[in-house]
Amino acid sequence: MTVAEIVKVLDAKVISGEDLLDRDVHSACGSDLMSDVLAFVKDQSVLVTGLTNAQAVRTAEMMDIVCIVLVRGKTADSGMIDLARDRSVVVLQTEYSMFTACGLLYESGLRGGGGRANAKKFKAAL
Amino acid sequence: MPKNLKLHYDISGEDYTRAGEASAQLKQVLRQLGLSSSIIRRVSIAMYEGEINMVIHANGGTIDVEIDSACVSLILKDTGPGISEIDLAMKEGYSTASESVRSMGFGAGMGLPNMRKHSDYMKIDSTPGVGTTVYMKIALGEE
Ligand SMILES: Nc1ncnc2c1ncn2[C@@H]1O[C@H](COP(=O)(O)OP(=O)(O)OP(=O)(O)O)[C@@H](O)[C@H]1O
Ligand SMILES: [Mg+2]
Repeated sequence: MTVAEIVKVLDAKVISGEDLLDRDVHSACGSDLMSDVLAFVKDQSVLVTGLTNAQAVRTAEMMDIVCIVLVRGKTADSGMIDLARDRSVVVLQTEYSMFTACGLLYESGLRGGGGRANAKKFKAAL
Repeated sequence: MPKNLKLHYDISGEDYTRAGEASAQLKQVLRQLGLSSSIIRRVSIAMYEGEINMVIHANGGTIDVEIDSACVSLILKDTGPGISEIDLAMKEGYSTASESVRSMGFGAGMGLPNMRKHSDYMKIDSTPGVGTTVYMKIALGEE
């Protein structure tokens, strides 16, 4: 799934990274706690969060997270937008709540990428 | 790759928005050295969690990184309040983070467990009232 498709599914506004919408996203993670993200996120993910600060972008940078979605119409603070531009992280804003945003992404085929999905893949490979 | 690369970072405890900048810089260096993405990921997570801990719990400190052909070694040193019960601090979910720190996205109590998970060797030396030093090594051979 591309970032552009996420924009459509979540009826989202692009806050930063207008030129990066063709990037591929392989999995998703919803959390407001950065250590949870660091513990569970997979490669090339989208992070769905209520955090609007620079720290979310730093976490994205460390984990190669392609795109951050701010839920409930939350506004990115200026530090977040500046850093996101600098580090080439897409920031989107959606009016949907965390629950609904994650549900919509799941419905359109994105998965968490951890635990069960991997277990299935592993079994299939045997 | 050079035989022995040493890097030093001073971590400010003043500015929370800069927490993680040193880890981001190291990540660039590791990329330039051509290390595998899985090693880069493990080092990045281990150092980033440690760097954030220094900023939110210990008012900053220093990080020394040494890279040789066998491993990446990290030494994170601070003169903060120290950790009185290390076993407890290592437990998933244990956190003393304040409400304001939590509202910034920290305080899951997952930092130290993440550091242990992603390093091949980890040791914490800590004396209450004196400070904390965390030693970690990530072997380059293993994936
Ligand atoms: N450098 C440090 N100096 C003093 N105390 C520390 C330090 N690092 C960790 N601690 C203590 O250990 C606890 C657990 O640390 P850990 O990193 O696992 O969780 P956290 O920082 O509270 O939350 P998270 O890392 O999930 O954002 C902290 O809440 C704090 O009490
Ligand atoms: Mg921590």
